[in-house]
Amino acid sequence: MRKPISRFLTSRWGMIVTGATIGTLAALLQKLGNPPNMGVCVACFERDIAGALGLHRAAVVQYIRPEILGFVLGSMLAAFIFRDFKARTGSAPLVRFFLGVFAMIGALAFLGCPWRALLRLAGGDLNAIVGLAGLTIGIAVGDQFLKYGFNLGRSHKTYHSAGLIMPAIMVGLLALLVFAPKFSVDGAIFLSEKGPGSLHAPLIISLAAGLLIGLIAQRTRFCTMGSIRDVLLVGDFHLMRGVIALVVSAFVVNLLTGQVNVGIAAQPIAHSSHLANLAGMILAGLAFVLAGGCPGRQLILSGEGDTDAGIFVLGMITGAAFAHNFALAAKPDKMLDGVVQVGGVSSVGMTAVLIGTAFCLIVGFTMREKI
Amino acid sequence: MKIDACGLSCPQPVILTNNAINNDESPIFILVDSECAYENVQRLANNKGYRVETEKTGERIQMKLTRENGK
Repeated sequence: MRKPISRFLTSRWGMIVTGATIGTLAALLQKLGNPPNMGVCVACFERDIAGALGLHRAAVVQYIRPEILGFVLGSMLAAFIFRDFKARTGSAPLVRFFLGVFAMIGALAFLGCPWRALLRLAGGDLNAIVGLAGLTIGIAVGDQFLKYGFNLGRSHKTYHSAGLIMPAIMVGLLALLVFAPKFSVDGAIFLSEKGPGSLHAPLIISLAAGLLIGLIAQRTRFCTMGSIRDVLLVGDFHLMRGVIALVVSAFVVNLLTGQVNVGIAAQPIAHSSHLANLAGMILAGLAFVLAGGCPGRQLILSGEGDTDAGIFVLGMITGAAFAHNFALAAKPDKMLDGVVQVGGVSSVGMTAVLIGTAFCLIVGFTMREKI
Repeated sequence: MKIDACGLSCPQPVILTNNAINNDESPIFILVDSECAYENVQRLANNKGYRVETEKTGERIQMKLTRENGK
């Protein structure tokens, strides 16, 4: 039974089914309560988790997103079922941590990870095109580093239990969500009462959707960054088919459920400051290539025993805390008396994006093996 | 030509294989230790017109890539 399922999921159609599943579930999750054009967004949802834990205090973006927990735990389940779980460590963890930090700072300048960029596009938010262009540029630059021998080094096998730390953290987060304890009068756990953090589908549905996505994405190795990287690097469209399926299916479900609103200005939880969208996603794309996966893929890897991917995830959560504590994250467009106020990032936010880009370039140039 | 791609995360195994293919190497022996790397290298080899023979020993997967036209 395992073999035919595995063979299907690693086939062309398996990839298309994966993309279509993510797109469909994301659009449905929006209908069921998740924020608009944010059915699943790994960057936004990790940022919400950082907020719920009090790592940042932006009151409108604090919630423990069950989808994230589902991705990691679903991936772990799939890895166990298909005997693919392998605890590994030791491939430049500190570098990966900061790639995660800066990837998040870039993603929050755009307001979304690549998954959300695709979902924003499927909802008619044309700013996503600028973001995806930036992502492609960042990945193209990263591809050049790969071609010239960039490499964070080999990982090696480690203790089984080490690979279970990230899944265990997710179980802990689930308990914090279910029981929502208050550790002190004004303290964590924080759960938003208004704003995007307060918008969420029912817990059990979000968790189930996350688990399903985690299960199949682990088998198919779905990765948005990888899709662009592989097309540019070796002309392989395997992952790209999944990405296209994601956009098409989300668009169709959005159409059927009345969630398409084509435009540029004042799109939901988005801004039309093109430079910030572009620069933010260039940084994010570059960081993803150097770390070897988009945020979604990193979560999946962290569930199947890759502790280095786990470090990247923790880096992203830390980056989200910095992004909000230091006001680096973009502000969305606002409508004031019928007039659009364009959002975007502050000069400090843009500086952080530039610092992050410089960091990634230094990593790319200096961490190379002769090949 | 022999490539040891154990412990390397994707896309490194694919890049190393692709470089060898671009250098017109055949046969190429490549050793990986993850299913993911195995699938990716196999897909690349098939796309580039190479035949893949596989031998699994424990966690290690040894692949032999030979150009289809047998040259």
